[in-house]
Parts: sequence; C-alpha cells; structure tokens
Amino acid sequence: MIIKNGHIIDPANKRDGVFDILIKGGRIEKVERVIKAKDEDIVDADGKIVSPGLIDMHVHLREPGREDNETVASGTAAAAAGGITSVCAMPNTQPAMDSAANIKGLKRIIKKDALCNVFIIGAITLDRMGERLTDMEAMRGEGVTALSDDGDTIQDEVLMLNAFKSAKKNGLLLISHCEDKGISKNGVVNEGIIATKLGLRGIPREAEYGFVERDIRLAGKAGARLHIAHVSCKESVDIIRKAKKKGVAVTAETAPHYFSLDEDACVTYDTRAKMNPPLRSAEDVKAVKRGLRDGTIDAIASDHAPHGKHEKEIEFELAAFGIIGLETSLALAAAHLAGEEGFSWARLIELMSVNPARILGLGGKGRLSPGMDADITIIDPQRAWIYAKDSIKSKSKNSPFIGRRFKGKAETAIVGGRTRDGRYRRP
Amino acid sequence: MRNETKLEEKTAKQDRAASKQAATWAKKDLLGLEYLTAGEIELILENAKSFKEVLGRPLRKVPSLRGKTVVNLFYEPSTRTRTSFELAAKRLSADVINIMKESSSIQKGETLVDTGRNLEALKIDIIVVRHGASGAAMMLSRAVDISVVNAGDGWHEHPTQALLDIFTLRQRLGSIKGVNVSIIGDIAHSRVARSNIWGLTKLGANVTVCAPKKLIPAAIEKMGVRVTSDVDDALKKADAINVLRMQFERDGESAFPSKMEYFKTFGITEERLKRAKKGIVVMHPGPINRGVEMSGEVADGTNSVILEQVTNGIAVRMAVLYLIAHARYNKR
Repeated sequence: MIIKNGHIIDPANKRDGVFDILIKGGRIEKVERVIKAKDEDIVDADGKIVSPGLIDMHVHLREPGREDNETVASGTAAAAAGGITSVCAMPNTQPAMDSAANIKGLKRIIKKDALCNVFIIGAITLDRMGERLTDMEAMRGEGVTALSDDGDTIQDEVLMLNAFKSAKKNGLLLISHCEDKGISKNGVVNEGIIATKLGLRGIPREAEYGFVERDIRLAGKAGARLHIAHVSCKESVDIIRKAKKKGVAVTAETAPHYFSLDEDACVTYDTRAKMNPPLRSAEDVKAVKRGLRDGTIDAIASDHAPHGKHEKEIEFELAAFGIIGLETSLALAAAHLAGEEGFSWARLIELMSVNPARILGLGGKGRLSPGMDADITIIDPQRAWIYAKDSIKSKSKNSPFIGRRFKGKAETAIVGGRTRDGRYRRP
Repeated sequence: MRNETKLEEKTAKQDRAASKQAATWAKKDLLGLEYLTAGEIELILENAKSFKEVLGRPLRKVPSLRGKTVVNLFYEPSTRTRTSFELAAKRLSADVINIMKESSSIQKGETLVDTGRNLEALKIDIIVVRHGASGAAMMLSRAVDISVVNAGDGWHEHPTQALLDIFTLRQRLGSIKGVNVSIIGDIAHSRVARSNIWGLTKLGANVTVCAPKKLIPAAIEKMGVRVTSDVDDALKKADAINVLRMQFERDGESAFPSKMEYFKTFGITEERLKRAKKGIVVMHPGPINRGVEMSGEVADGTNSVILEQVTNGIAVRMAVLYLIAHARYNKR
C-alpha cells in the first residue's frame, strides 16, 4: 500500500510536509517525497494530514462483563471511526483484569474481534478492591502494558506505596485515577455555584489534587513511574508542572471534555454531563489548556465510558459517571485546541500519538519511520460533519456532543497496514 | 386593620402594573423559580389573590379545572404539601389521584420516567411530583408532554412553597422590593431556601442566609445573597425571617453537636426577637421542631404568620394549577 500526496506530520521525526509512505507486511517500508511502485493499493491523501496512528490510553471496552454496553468489537470499531489505531483497555471489567488467566481470556477476545490494537491495563489489587496486590509479575508475563485500579483509587497510603514498589520491580507503569474518596464522598458534580444551584452534592477539587500530590510523593519514594489519569482541575495542573520541573518521573493525561466543557453543561441535570472527575469551572478549563500547551499534560485520552440508557436516563444523582469519547476526541481537540494560539496539528499529534507511545513504551508506534508498525491516521482537517446518534459505532450513545457540528475528521485508520473502517478501497 | 387595607391596595396597584408585563402564562411546567421571570411570578401571585377570595366564600369551589385530572405523585412522605395540592385541585373542580411511594409500582423498580409516561398514557393532565432527587421534576418534564408541577425535588427547589411565602410576605409588608428577608437554618439541604432565594431576589428583596458554616453551600453568595453564621446579625435589619426545619442526621453525620446546642446558637426566641425590628414577620415552612429552630412562644406569637402561610398555600397552588392548565405553549 502507498499513501500518496499526504501532508505528513510526524513530530517525533520532525517531519512536516508532503511525502509518500510505502507500507509492506504491516510495517512502514519507506517515507519519501515520491514513491512509485506497481501493484500496490493506493490511498490518495491529497489535502489530508497523515499522522502516526492515534493512541487512546484510557478506554473502557466493558468486555468481559458488560457486553450490553460495549464489546471489544464495537469499542474498537468506534476507535477506528475516530481515527484511533491503539487503545488501552482499563481493567474494570467483570471479572477484573487482575490475573494472568483473566488477561489470557481477554487476549483471546481481542485476537478474534478487535479492529485496532488493544493494550491491556492490569489491575493493581485483586478485584480492584484496594486490599491485596495482584501478581504483577504473572500479568507482565501476559503482556500487560501498565497497571491501574481505575476509578477505585487505592485509598490506603501504605498499600499504594507497596503498589509503586511492586510496579517498579516489574518495570510497569502505574496509572492513577486520583480521587480521595474521603473527600469526594457521594458527590456528583463539581463543588461550587452550579452544585449549589442544582442542589447536588459537590465534589471538591481537593479530592483530586490532594491525591495527585500524594501519588507524586509516593512514586518518588518508591522511585517508580507514575501516570496521572484525566486531570481536570487547575491545582492538579500546577502540582504536576512543579513536580516535572523538579524532575519527578510523572506524566499526565486529560480528556477532551475537560478542555471543551465546563460545569455549566450540568445545569439541566443532563446526565450525559456527569463524569468523574466532574466537569469543573471555566477557570479550570483554561488551566487544562495551558497545561496541554506547555507540556505539563502529555496526552489526550478519551476515558471512553459506555453506559446504557438504563444507567443514564435516571435521576442525576443515581446515574452512572462517564461518557463515550472515541469517535469525538480528535474532533474536539481540533475544535478546541488546533486553532488556538500555542497549538498546532503537530502538537495535537504529540498529545494523541507520540507521547502516549512514549509513556506506554510502545517502541513501534508514535512515529512514521521505516520499520515501524504501519499504524497511520489520515485526517481531513477541513471536513465538516455532524456527530449524529445514528452514526455512532459504540454500542452506547451517552455523549453530550450528539448533534454537534465539527470541522476536522479522521478519514481512515490504518492498523498494521490494513484499513479497518472500510472507507478506502483499491481504486 | 385599616393599615392592612392600605397595604393591600398598594400591593394590588403594583400587581396590576406587573401583570401588564406578563399577562399570559406560556409554560408547560412549573419546575422552579429560577426558571421564571419576575413578571411570571407576579402573575401567579395576582391569580392567587383571586383564589384566596374564593377560599373565603361559603361555597369554596370554582369550575376552572372541571374535566381535568391532576395526579399527586409523591415519592417522599408529605402531609402538608400533598393535602394542600389536593385541596387546591379539588377547589378548582379537577379530579385528583394520589400516588404514594408505598402504594404503586415504584417499589417494583419502575423508573420515574416510565411512571410519567404511563400517567401520560392514562390521559392525565398535570403531574404534581415530590421526589427525593434533585432534578427529578425536570427529568420527568422532559420525558412527557403533559404538565409537571414540582412539589419539591431533593435539595433543589420547592417553588410553590416559596410562592406562598412571598404571597404571605406581600400581604403583610406590601411590596417585596427592598425588603430585608433572612433565611435561617439548614441552607445546604433546603429546597425551600433555594426557591425563596430565586423568588425574593427576582422581586428585588435583600436576602440574607444564616446557618452554621457547615450548612452553607459553596459559593452561595453568587446567588445574590448575604451570608452570615450569626443569627443576631441575620435578625438585626430583617423585615421578615424564614426559619427552616433543622434535620440533624445527614449522610450519617451531624452538622451540629446537639439540638439543644443548635437552639442556643440559632434558635429563634422571644428574647432574640425583642432585639429585632418591631413588626418582624416570622415564617416557617413546617413542620416545626419546637425548641430546636424556634421556641413554641415564637411559633404561636404575634409575629408568626405560619398558619396564614398554610392557608395561602392553597390559593397559590390553585393559581399555579389554573395557569398551567390554561397555558398556551407549543407542544413538541
């Protein structure tokens, strides 16, 4: 396959211009100004951005356990539709990904059904109960990419320190959803005027940044690497910025909703605006953007969280947290970041491909060099489209962005040299 | 008495002026006072006055809602509000059905939305809903094309309570504009407080909220109120106080050490009232915990309008049901 005439933006190789890419055997063979070859499928990317495949490092595929909400097949179809070629599957399945055996089972499903690369995040504690550490060595043997207890943050400080020590011993990255449950309690929206007006329990920002501080301290103590999931508030950004300046081995991600929506989205009790961490204030949105601009935040990850109608079309305080995001994350980044000062498509691609590959240690991804995996996203930055409910590939439709007009869309996702969305055919 | 008549006249004048701005009601629902204009609030109060007159007649019934059906859908126990709504609907000649949490399929796990859609299919005209979850009334209103009246949703709003409080205040004080009203008690968990804040500030009152610090919700000053934790400060300039019922156990922890301690620090007593303005109006949405948020003497004293509030509640709810039943709005 040859991708012809595309505008290649490959920040890791500092390449930004029109080039052709030849793909052979699932790998990139060469990248040159003009490549001529016979008997090759040709993908015409004239006027399009050709990017190293996008990597979403925070996704809930729900399989096994909640196949009614999402499966590996439907979730990875959604990813491909959003231009994402690799996802990290969070371990909060039923059963949880807390043992080599469970991971083996999931790998079988992935092999059979996945339309993009799926990397498995293993649990830190058994059944993610925050009590006993998992057998990290055995899970590493099955190829887990990183470790996380996801939304069930380990509250016990001693256990968390031991988790860092064990992760370090096994050379695994620890991803932390920072939430001090003693502070967030039963809160459902950001603490502040919106929570007060709505009469809903607030989640103080301290619940997040207090644990960002704690985990940076504990990781430092253990000498382990830490990645902070979905940063949502100003104080967290400030704490991470400071830590990075000191040389702490910490990285961070945010989700598109934290730079495109604020707590005002909750004023009609729209449960599609209910997430954890909650949508914060306009000031926090600004701080998150600043963090994305100056490198404090390394990555954009969707925190794709599919939930069925029965979990969302109920009273706000009872509704499930989270939204789907695989099919909108690139478009939201384009809408809210690409055009702004200090941002560029190259920076977006760093945030959505180069940096996730680096953080996760995916050596074959995140750049378009000969020999690398042929994971490539072709983006039409001018394409106008509407995010329509009927078009959603995910099994769940819980998104506050349904009906929104966007400019900029992934045209195709090439995974291991194969287009997986069926959009491109041999001419 | 003469003084009161004068005030009534003054109010009537202002009401007429206000109702010119909003002579018609065009909303499907009443979900909260946040969502009403000052003109719409005035319109309800103006209509309530006519209906209060009806309540003074020997035959207390008008045919305005004949042929209409009102359902009281109550997910929380309530005697006062439910009885008041039921009486209001009956005085308007509507048919009334009461559905309580324990006597319906709610306990079988039917969702609020499903219950609402079934009531709609049963050709009900108005659902009056009381629910423990904030936003429940709004969610229900989105799910059905029939009218929804919020009779209290979680900590969010209790619009008819605030309307009857304001109605009572206006009868006592004339205009609401520039009047100092202090709301005292558990502000954080009170839908009555929120609805009163919206209604009073829209009509130009100066509102102070007073509570132990733990019971003052974050950033409430952005709703346009003054905040204090000193009850004497809250009483000092007040023309009226609205004293909230104090619930001690919430989420398994108490916001105040004891009832006695609360009474000492925040309780409204005759002694405290002596230091307040002479004709200060004392309101309470009920039910009262005598000796906790207010002494029995104050509850029964000359400043208290607590039972007037109850009577006015029927008139205000008649006005709300009447306006909503005759609303002209675009159906979806």
